[in-house]
Amino acid sequence: MKLAAIQKRMARAVMQPLTRSEQMQHRAPDGSAMRKYAARFIKPNDRLSSFERLEIYNRQYWFRVLSALQEDFPGLHAVLGDRRFQKMSEAYITDCPSQSFTLRNLGARLETWLRKHPLWAGKKQTLALDIARLEWADIEAFDGKSETPLRLEDLAGAADGNIKLKLQPYIWLLDFHYPVDNLLLEVRDTAEERDFASNAFQERKKRKRVQAVAKLKPAEIFLAVHRVDESVYFRRLDREEFAILTALQNGKTLARAIEIGFRKSKVPVEQRASAVQDWFQHWATLGWFCRAESPKALKTPKPGSGSV
Amino acid sequence: MLVPASPFNGFTNYGIGIGLRAPHYDHILTRKPVVDWFEIISENFMIDGGRPLRILDQILEQYRVVQHGVSMYFGSAEKLDREHLRRLKTLVKRTKTPWVSDHLCWGSVDGRYTHDLLPMPYTLEAAKVTAQKIRAVRDFIEVPIAVENVSSYAEFHVSEMTEWEFLNEVVECADCGILLDVNNIYVSSQNHSFNPMDYVNSVPAERVAQIHIAGHSKYRKYILDTHDHPVIDPVWKLYERAIQRVGHTATLLEWDDSIPSFREVHDEALKANKFLSATVLAKAV
Repeated sequence: MKLAAIQKRMARAVMQPLTRSEQMQHRAPDGSAMRKYAARFIKPNDRLSSFERLEIYNRQYWFRVLSALQEDFPGLHAVLGDRRFQKMSEAYITDCPSQSFTLRNLGARLETWLRKHPLWAGKKQTLALDIARLEWADIEAFDGKSETPLRLEDLAGAADGNIKLKLQPYIWLLDFHYPVDNLLLEVRDTAEERDFASNAFQERKKRKRVQAVAKLKPAEIFLAVHRVDESVYFRRLDREEFAILTALQNGKTLARAIEIGFRKSKVPVEQRASAVQDWFQHWATLGWFCRAESPKALKTPKPGSGSV
Repeated sequence: MLVPASPFNGFTNYGIGIGLRAPHYDHILTRKPVVDWFEIISENFMIDGGRPLRILDQILEQYRVVQHGVSMYFGSAEKLDREHLRRLKTLVKRTKTPWVSDHLCWGSVDGRYTHDLLPMPYTLEAAKVTAQKIRAVRDFIEVPIAVENVSSYAEFHVSEMTEWEFLNEVVECADCGILLDVNNIYVSSQNHSFNPMDYVNSVPAERVAQIHIAGHSKYRKYILDTHDHPVIDPVWKLYERAIQRVGHTATLLEWDDSIPSFREVHDEALKANKFLSATVLAKAV
């Protein structure tokens, strides 16, 4: 058997889901008996059959990928519960196995996949999609690219409405149907409490997570997932803020972004200028703007040339 | 006694290092302990930005760092992942690592990754494929490469030679270095019933760029390479023999699970000094 054939054969078996009792299936991917499938390419020894030797790799694969997904999506785990999350994870990884050299990217397709498979979350589908999206944004924001931020004084040139401002690549702007930022923070707080080994303590932690999910009421929120001093934070945004930032992120000019931001806005017209000024000040203080690459990019103004 | 500095480790003379792991970041950055060098898992830093790279830069200001990869899969029948290579080279420029190591294994098929270090069939065909890949990676990243023997739990019917014969075939064809993991030799020797000393005595000493030591977990019918225990005596014996053959070589303790305090890990690694000093004394005599 050639190298490529052995590797295909072994990988197919290793990536095949385990049984309910976490053992290798007795049916091979090609429909034959796994015992025969394994024996064709793996030697037995005096202690283990070919099946048992292959099973070590099969189990290690699933333990590794399932624990990686659970570590990255504690919020979704809390929403779905232990059993459903485990089953959902197996189904997701079977459909969408890792296509990257790093496990960091394992959950990249989870939200899209969940959307196509609403049975897993059932009545909690909207909440599940919200939390999965937030948790993926959290991963992306953690180690996303950053560029030299523009300082507040650099933004002085923004008086020209035709300029384009670029947001830091690590910033994710998201709108949700539930306050999932609070839920995720609560779930993480529970997880970080001292990890006593007792079953009673673990049960209490689990109850807390269940309660956190149960008490969550729908509420439309707008969020920026961003970094300060290399730590990820969730910042609630006003509807108008969200719309302006999203428009800027999509490459609109400043004037156009502001126009989009206040479309159907309830903010009184006379208060809008000062609101925009306050927002820009906050965003610039947080280092959210960086130099755009387009010809209409913001140029560093001369000192003392005005402000937004 | 052979001179340890060689083209396979960038003509360096590193001593005892430990793996750089997240639970120790605070201790290292605030206490600044004396450590000869740190080994990083390349993939953890092949990212675009954020805290991991900032911490790495702080470490690089004060310590020597060597890159160790877990997913190049030199033994895979598939083509190399260009995105992986590009990111690896970017990191190599950042760390200025004198050599890069990764495993003599495979782990992906049809672009799907198992994230495991799967064993090779020991055939001439596999050796040729693997050596070609190692050469291609070395030419691209422009630093020496050392390949590490992995722990394994399965053997293939098609194998035409022993594991150490296969390793020798690969490194000769690729003209690369070896990261000799004496714990992995021990684990595989128990799982496949061979004498681990035969392995240590057979590797080309002049190609050994680095040595790994680690702990493992013993089960009823096999041993798993878990990196969650201190090094056991039989593994120290293999290390002693390796050092006798190879000389004073860069040595690294791996501890990746149930990670104890920095001091405990470092103290365990420093036990290697006993054997390294013996080689220096022997040379002096």
